Amino acid sequence: MNKLYSHIESIVGNVISVRAEGVAYGELAEVTSRYGVSLAETIRMDKELVYLQVFAGSRGISTGDEVRFLGHPMQVSFSDNLLGRIFDGAGSPRDGGPGLTDNLISIGGPSVNPYKRIIPREMIRTGIPMIDLFNTLVKSQKLPIFSVSGEPYNQLLARIAMQAEVDLIILGGMGLKYDDYLFFKDSLEEGGSLAKTIMFVHTAADPIVECLQVPDLALAVAERFALKGRNVLVLLTDMTNFADALKEISITQEQVPSNRGYPGDLYSQLASRYEKAVDFDGAGSITTLAVTTMPGDDVTHPIPDNTGYITEGQFYLHGGRIEPFGSLSRLKQQVNGKTREDHRAIMDGMIKLFSSYRDTLEKKSMGFQMSAWDKKLLRYGELFESKMMDLSVNISLEKALDEGWKILASCFEPRETGLRSELIQKFWPKNAVQTEAAAAVE
Amino acid sequence: MSQKSGRIVAVNGNMISIGFQGNVAMNEVAYVLSNGKRLKSEIIRVKGSEAQAQVYEITKGIRIGDEVEFSDEMLSVELGPGLLGQIYDGLQNPLPQIAEQKGFFLESGVYLKALSRSKRWSFTPLAKPGDTLRRGDYIASVPELHFTHKIMLPFDFFGDWNLLDIAPAGEYGVDDVIAHVQDQRGVKRDVKMMFSWPVKRAVDCYVERLKPEQPMVTKTRIIDTFFPVAKGGTYCIPGPFGAGKTVLQQVTSRNADVDIVILAACGERAGEVVETLKEFPEISDPRTGRSLMERTIIICNTSSMPVASREASVYTAVTIAEYYRQMGLDVLLLADSTSRWAQAMREMSGRLEEIPGEEAFPAYLESVIAAFYERAGIVRLSDGTHGSVTIGGTVSPAGGNFEEPVTQATLKVVGAFHGLSRERSDARKYPAIHPLDSWSKYPGIMPKDVVAYAHSFLERSSEVEAMMKVVGEEGTSLEDYILYLKGEFLDAVYLQQNSFDPVDASVSPDRQKFMFHLVLEILGAELALKNKDEARGWFYELRQSFLDLNGAAEGSELYQSSLKTIRGTLAAQNPRYGSAAKKMLLRLE
Ligand SMILES: Nc1ncnc2c1ncn2[C@@H]1O[C@H](COP(=O)(O)OP(=O)(O)OP(=O)(O)O)[C@@H](O)[C@H]1O
Ligand SMILES: [Mg+2]
Repeated sequence: MNKLYSHIESIVGNVISVRAEGVAYGELAEVTSRYGVSLAETIRMDKELVYLQVFAGSRGISTGDEVRFLGHPMQVSFSDNLLGRIFDGAGSPRDGGPGLTDNLISIGGPSVNPYKRIIPREMIRTGIPMIDLFNTLVKSQKLPIFSVSGEPYNQLLARIAMQAEVDLIILGGMGLKYDDYLFFKDSLEEGGSLAKTIMFVHTAADPIVECLQVPDLALAVAERFALKGRNVLVLLTDMTNFADALKEISITQEQVPSNRGYPGDLYSQLASRYEKAVDFDGAGSITTLAVTTMPGDDVTHPIPDNTGYITEGQFYLHGGRIEPFGSLSRLKQQVNGKTREDHRAIMDGMIKLFSSYRDTLEKKSMGFQMSAWDKKLLRYGELFESKMMDLSVNISLEKALDEGWKILASCFEPRETGLRSELIQKFWPKNAVQTEAAAAVE
Repeated sequence: MSQKSGRIVAVNGNMISIGFQGNVAMNEVAYVLSNGKRLKSEIIRVKGSEAQAQVYEITKGIRIGDEVEFSDEMLSVELGPGLLGQIYDGLQNPLPQIAEQKGFFLESGVYLKALSRSKRWSFTPLAKPGDTLRRGDYIASVPELHFTHKIMLPFDFFGDWNLLDIAPAGEYGVDDVIAHVQDQRGVKRDVKMMFSWPVKRAVDCYVERLKPEQPMVTKTRIIDTFFPVAKGGTYCIPGPFGAGKTVLQQVTSRNADVDIVILAACGERAGEVVETLKEFPEISDPRTGRSLMERTIIICNTSSMPVASREASVYTAVTIAEYYRQMGLDVLLLADSTSRWAQAMREMSGRLEEIPGEEAFPAYLESVIAAFYERAGIVRLSDGTHGSVTIGGTVSPAGGNFEEPVTQATLKVVGAFHGLSRERSDARKYPAIHPLDSWSKYPGIMPKDVVAYAHSFLERSSEVEAMMKVVGEEGTSLEDYILYLKGEFLDAVYLQQNSFDPVDASVSPDRQKFMFHLVLEILGAELALKNKDEARGWFYELRQSFLDLNGAAEGSELYQSSLKTIRGTLAAQNPRYGSAAKKMLLRLE
C-alpha cells in the first residue's frame, strides 16, 4: 500500500491522472506540489490510468509532482471531541485547534433502509409564527429556505438553530462569505450554542472541490450522533453553491449537461444528501434545514426545482418575511392536529382571509372600487403582516394562536371568518371591539 | 456454472467495464467480487472483448482486476405465492428481512430471497397426469391470503408439455418439485410452485388483448366522472413539485376497484413509503374487510438508493403485475415517479457516452417509455377469463413545464392525462387536476355527452373569468356572471374533493351519479336571480350545503338535512329547464 507515484499523465480542470495499480474506486491520495499538500479522490479508473480530483485544485501542479495513495476513501473523525470545533471542506481544522484522527468513519455511506424509518411525529418549535403556526417544522424533516441573495436567510437559519430544542447543531457552509462565517460563529457563541455545534465550512475563497465534501462530512457525523440517540439539526448553506460546484466540475470533465449546464444526475446528487434526514426507529434523528438561493428569483431554475422535488416542502423567504404562499411544510399535518384544537382552523382560516386580502390589493392597484368588505380585508392584511409575518416577532405557538384570534376579532364579525361555531364560542375574545375603521363600514 | 470469466478494466461512477472471455449476453447479470462482497450488475453494452455493466450498488472500493462472475441469466424476479403484502427494493430484495439481518442501513452486496423458502402452502392440484399443458396453464392452486393463487406452468416452458405426475394435495414450499412434465422431444422438466422471469420481457401467456372499456373506479369524482381510467388502460399524472401527485396516488391505491395494487416508489422520498407501509396494515379494505396491505405489494427504490436499481424497479413492478394478471385478476400498478426512472436511463446513457437527445435524455427514451406502458392491458386468458394490468405513472417535469421529453413521450402513449396545475394546488383546490387541460380516451361511469355538457360550463366560466379580469365585475353582464358562478360551483362542490375527510375521500359510483344529477339540476337551470349580489349569495349558500352533503355519510342526519336545504334553495328560484338541460337530466335517470 501507500505507493508513491511521481509522474502525472494529464491535468484537466481539477482532475489529474496517474498510472497506478491496485487503487480502489473512491480511494484518497495526497498530491504534493510546491504549493503544499492536497487531498485528491479517485473518480475514474480506466485500465492502468487513475483519475483523481484534486481538492485544492490543479493550479500549479506539475507533471513531475508526487501522488501518494492512502488506501482508504474520504473519512472524518467522529467523537465528542468534534463539539465546538470548526473544520474546512477537507476535514482539517479551521479554528487553530488540533487535527482529529481518532475513530475515523467513511463519508457518503449507504442509505437507510426505509423499513427502519418511523413516521415523523414531533414538532420543532422555533418561536416564529409563520413556521410554528402556519408551516410547522417537524423533527426529521428536510426543508430548504428558498430565497435570493440579499435576504436574511442566514440570520433566519441561525435563529432557528438557537431556538430549536435539539441536542446538536451541525453547520455545513458552502461558498460561505467570510462575513457570514463569522456571523454564524459569533451568533452561536453569543447564544451559548457553540459548545453543542460542529462546523464544516467552505468559504468562497476555498477550492471548489472542497465545497462538494461539506454536506457529506456534516451528514456523516450527524448520522453517527443520531445513531447514538441524539437529535441533530443540520444546517446547509448555501446548497446552490454546492450545485454550482457540481456543474463546474462536470462541465470541465466534459459531461453532457442536461439542463442549463447542470449535470443529469443533479437530482440524485441532491437527493442522496437530503435523504439523510431521518428519524431512526429506536435511536435519534437528523433534521435538515438548507438554504437554496434562487438564481434570478426563479423557482423553476434547475436548483430550486430539483430541490423542491426532493424536500418536504420549503420556506419561501421574500422581502425579509416568510411568505404564506409558496411556503409549505409537507409534514405539518403529522403534528398540528395534536397541538391545540384551534391550530388547524386558525391556520387555514387566516391564510384564506390573507389570500382574499391579496386579491383586494390587486383590485385596489387596478383602480377598482373598494367595498366595505375590501376595507376590512385591507386592515386585516396589515395586521397579519406586522403581527405574524414580521420576523422580529418571537412568540410561542400558543401566544401566536391567541394573537390570531385577536387580529380576527379586531377586523371581522365571527361569521365572516368561516370558522366553526364551537371554536368561535371557545376562543373568540369576549370583549372584542372592532376598531373604528372596521366598525364604521358595518 | 458458466465457462466465461471476466475482470474489471475500468470504473466510472456506477458503470464498470469488464474484460471477458467466452460468450456474454446483453442484459445478463454479473457479480463483481470486491472486498469480500458480491455486487450485482447488468451488462448493458458489449463491444469486442469488453462489456459495460451498470452496478446496482455503490461502486466505491472496486479495483481494476477484480474478478467478475457471470450468471448466465438476465435480471429476473421470483414469481410464486408469497408476494402479496411484501416490501421489496427495486431488485426484489425484501426490505424487512434485510432490516432484520443488517439493521438500519442498506449495505451493498446483500441479496435475500424474495420468496420465503420455509413457508408451507396448502396445495390443491388442478391438472391431471396426461394433461397437455402450455406455459401459463393452471396446474394447481394455493390460498394466498384471501386470493386463490394459481400455480402455473412456468412462462418459459415454450411448446406443449405432457403432465407426467403431480403431487397430491398437501403442504409444500415454493422450492419443492410438485410436478414433472415432458415435451414431444422427450425432454423432462421439474415444476415448482416458484419460477423466475426476466423483468424486461413482457409476459404474454394470454390468448388476446382486448380493448380497455370497463372503468376502473378510483372513487375520486374528477377522475371517474370527467377523466376516467379503464381497467387495462394507462394514464399519467404530470405536475410540478408539491402539486399533489403522490397524495393522489396514495388515495387511489386505497380506493381503486381492483384486486391488487402494486406501488413502485421509484426515486422519490423514503418518508412517503414509510407512511404507506406503516398505515396500510391498519386500514381495512372495504371490499374484503381485510387489511389493505394484503392486496398491496410495495417496490421501493427511493431517491438515495442506487440509481441503477431504480431503473430496474419499474420493470420488477410490472412483471409482478403481469404475473397476477395471468390468474385472472385486476392489477393496478402505480409508479411514482416515472421521471426518476427516465433520469436513471439518462445517467447511464451519459456514462456510455451515447449521443444525447433533448435535455440529454437518450434517443431511445420514447420507445422505452412506450414499451413500458404497452405492458398494461386487459387480456383474455386461455380459460376464457379476463385479467388486467392498469398502469398509472406520475411525471415530474423540470420546472413544471409539460413541454419536456418525458411528459411528451408519455402523453403519446397513455389513454388518459391527469395534468396537475400549480395554480390549482396553490389555491388549495385538490385534487389539482386541471379540468380544462386534462383528457381521457376511456369510457367512464357517466354518459359521454352529459359529461361534455357539464364540462362546457367549466369552459365558458373560465372565459367569463378571464374577461372579468379585464373589465371588472361591473363590466360583466348578469347572464355571464351567472355562468361564471355555475362553473365555480361545479368546481367547488364536484371537482374538488377532500382527501383527508373520511366520507369525502372516497365516493362510490352510485353516489357520484346521484350528486352529478343534483349538480346538473343547478347547472342546467334558468334562474331568476335579480342581480350579481343576489346571485353570488345564492350560489354561496348552495355551495355550503353541498359541501356539508359531501362530508355527510349517506343516510345520516346531516345528509338528509343538507339535501333538504339544497332542494329548498333550488325550489325557491323556480328553476326552469331548456330542452338541452332536460335531455341531459333524463340521460342520467
Ligand atoms: N388532495 C389533497 N388534499 C389536501 N392536501 C393535499 C392534497 N394533495 C396534496 N396536498 C398537499 O400538498 C402537499 C404535496 O403533495 P404531494 O406530496 O402529493 O406532491 P407531489 O406532486 O407528489 O410533489 P413531488 O413532485 O415533490 O413529490 C401534501 O403534503 C399536502 O400538504
Ligand atoms: Mg410526490
